[in-house]
Amino acid sequence: MAKQILIAGFGGQGVLFSGKFLAYEGLLEDKEVSWLPSYGPEMRGGTANCSIIISDTKIGSPIVNNPDILIAMNAPSLEKYEDATNAGGVIISDNSLIEKKVAREDVEAYYIPATKLASDENLPGLANMIMIGYMIKKTGIIPYENVEAAMKKVVSAKKQNLFDLNMKAVELGYNYAE
Amino acid sequence: MVVFQKPNGLTDAQLHYCPGCTHGIIHRLVAEAIDELGVTGRTIGVAPVGCSVFAYNYFNCDMVQAAHGRAPAVATGVKRSDPNNIVFTYQGDGDLAAIGTAETVHSAARSENITVIFVNNAIYGMTGGQMAPTTLPGQVTQTSPYGRDTSHVGFPVKVCEMLSQVDGATYLERVAVNNVKNIKAAKAAIKKAFQYQIEGKGFSMVEVLSTCPTNWGLTPEKALTWLEENMLPYYPLGVYKDKYKEEK
Amino acid sequence: MSEKVLMKGNEAMAEAAIMAGCKHYFGYPITPQTEAAAYMAKRMPKLDGGVFLQAESEIAAINMVIGVASTGKRVMTSSSSPGIALKSEGLSYLAGCDLPALVINVQRGGPGLGSIQPSQSDYFHATRGAGHGDFHMIILAPASVQEMVDLTFKGFDLGDKYRMTTMILADGTMGQMMEPVSLDMGEVKEYDKSWALTGTKGERKPNIVNSLFMLPADLEKYNFERYEKYKLIEENEVMYDEYMMDDAEICIVAFGVAARVSQNAIDEARKQGIKVGMIRPITLWPFPKKVLNSAADKVKAFVSVELNMGQMIEDVELATRCKKPVLLCNRAGGVIPTTEDVMSKIIEANEIGGAN
Repeated sequence: MAKQILIAGFGGQGVLFSGKFLAYEGLLEDKEVSWLPSYGPEMRGGTANCSIIISDTKIGSPIVNNPDILIAMNAPSLEKYEDATNAGGVIISDNSLIEKKVAREDVEAYYIPATKLASDENLPGLANMIMIGYMIKKTGIIPYENVEAAMKKVVSAKKQNLFDLNMKAVELGYNYAE
Repeated sequence: MVVFQKPNGLTDAQLHYCPGCTHGIIHRLVAEAIDELGVTGRTIGVAPVGCSVFAYNYFNCDMVQAAHGRAPAVATGVKRSDPNNIVFTYQGDGDLAAIGTAETVHSAARSENITVIFVNNAIYGMTGGQMAPTTLPGQVTQTSPYGRDTSHVGFPVKVCEMLSQVDGATYLERVAVNNVKNIKAAKAAIKKAFQYQIEGKGFSMVEVLSTCPTNWGLTPEKALTWLEENMLPYYPLGVYKDKYKEEK
Repeated sequence: MSEKVLMKGNEAMAEAAIMAGCKHYFGYPITPQTEAAAYMAKRMPKLDGGVFLQAESEIAAINMVIGVASTGKRVMTSSSSPGIALKSEGLSYLAGCDLPALVINVQRGGPGLGSIQPSQSDYFHATRGAGHGDFHMIILAPASVQEMVDLTFKGFDLGDKYRMTTMILADGTMGQMMEPVSLDMGEVKEYDKSWALTGTKGERKPNIVNSLFMLPADLEKYNFERYEKYKLIEENEVMYDEYMMDDAEICIVAFGVAARVSQNAIDEARKQGIKVGMIRPITLWPFPKKVLNSAADKVKAFVSVELNMGQMIEDVELATRCKKPVLLCNRAGGVIPTTEDVMSKIIEANEIGGAN
């Protein structure tokens, strides 16, 4: 089984970082993984997106055009990728930034005010990791026990404070109940 | 008793230069300089495109032939590969001051620890006498048949003056090989440029005013006079920069 | 085996170069390969004798490469399409001087300033016209981050073995994507480099690195000799990968990211009962002519999948002697073909009659 994940938002929301974290999660599970960012001028304040594939078999195209899981971190991203999401897939939307509800009825839609939570809980810029935690809970795509090990791969041990904040964000998302 | 012979720094190959051309003298000065400094065995030269393209056959050291204008970049690679190498380029005016201007300026800006021998004869020799970046105003060449018209093609590039504004340049001197006195001064300048490199002092360039009797359409003797009367006033001899000049 | 790490293609390739003993890198910034230069800028100064230098131009960078290559040391540069075009002069000189070097082209869309998105439109440049004169470079086309690593390591080896330039022809996707890689590279092989410029030490005749010959007959002799060497490479160094070719009636030919997309399409087509497989050239020069020619006796059609206006397709037609139709599935300008694009060509190919 290959899971195709698309994380999309503004540049600066940590789209690429959270994707890298997910890819490491998959790697720790001995899965095949790929991570592909959009790049170029898009990175500078425009929309940024990141394709992650976690698979049991050798991955073909690393480009996710039709995600099984869409993490939408701003309104343009939901606008752009809602229709592309595979039927039976999952869409997770940050409803502190996206007013619109998911219109599709053949996907599971979940809402979390990640940006507001990040701001309330003093986790600046970590809405991305809150959404990842929430996604792990909702999809079970990767076991929660690996979060710490994967985090160690993406946040240097020298930055203990940053590590703790990221862990806290994932935990917050994971334990969030609507 | 041998009174006069080729320096060890030159091979036995017969030079191909035209009669009266001063390239031969400059080759000899370079060879003598590296011989006297005892570095011929660790010297690597970079030959240009132009009349001196065959320099790789004449210098008795390892040589690489570079594309037109690129000698300073190639020399940069050779030097950075092993800083113990003594590296020089031997370039003409078209090579150094037209197509290779960027490589020249930036190797000076980086203060590459190399020695550039710049032979300025105010004309493209190899291709048969076209206008060079250093061709004098009014000078007739194949591609300036009515004389260099500065309102149309602009002015000659004064390389020493230009590079003297580049912080990275360590030692810049303009010399000439039109008479014995000047040849002796040229030798001293070339030797000093190599000495600076040996001491790790950075980018050095010696601009040598040279003749091209064939393409100037003059006898060798008259060419020397032409150099003196026309080039020396436009390209004054002297030291343009010396970061390590001793206080007097 | 060492632990697998997630690395970007550009960085993994740079690290592989260091592991291959390359201590000299010269470059000039250009998207989408800048990570390679940034990585080298960090790593090289930490190595004993390591040199990273940002040149004033692509032209200067390739000539600095020539300088180091002439001293016999491993050296590389990387760039993207417009920058590689500028390096063409140097590529020709490297060939004419029989110097080993590694050049990376992380291709982007063209012509002109084009786009910064992935492309394969430098196929002709790499395999046919990388500069003036008669010459070839060994062209390696990675289709994964692991291959960016493996082919970089191998590229240095091939370069030294045959005294010629190896080019890694990647695309923006290969450079930008992250995949798990193992950096277990094995031993670096040493080759005789008595031709190198190391200074005579007064103990031998000068070595000369040169591409100029005044007598046409001399130059002709060297050119013929060089092409004898090329023949050896065509016999011994062809690399390709086969995917589901055993019973295939349609053969996709694709490299790099096009092959990755094609794999998805093949899986999809197989589900629909269409027997399709793929031959993925890993060496674009030497091109895997023999295997394609044999395949032409078994399949009813080929589909060349490319991120350009149809360049490799000419090699497929030549290799198969036009025994079977070759269809083109292409997107250009930085657009990557989708699985659906490839599927529709597979279906078109499947409708061609006259199977064995």
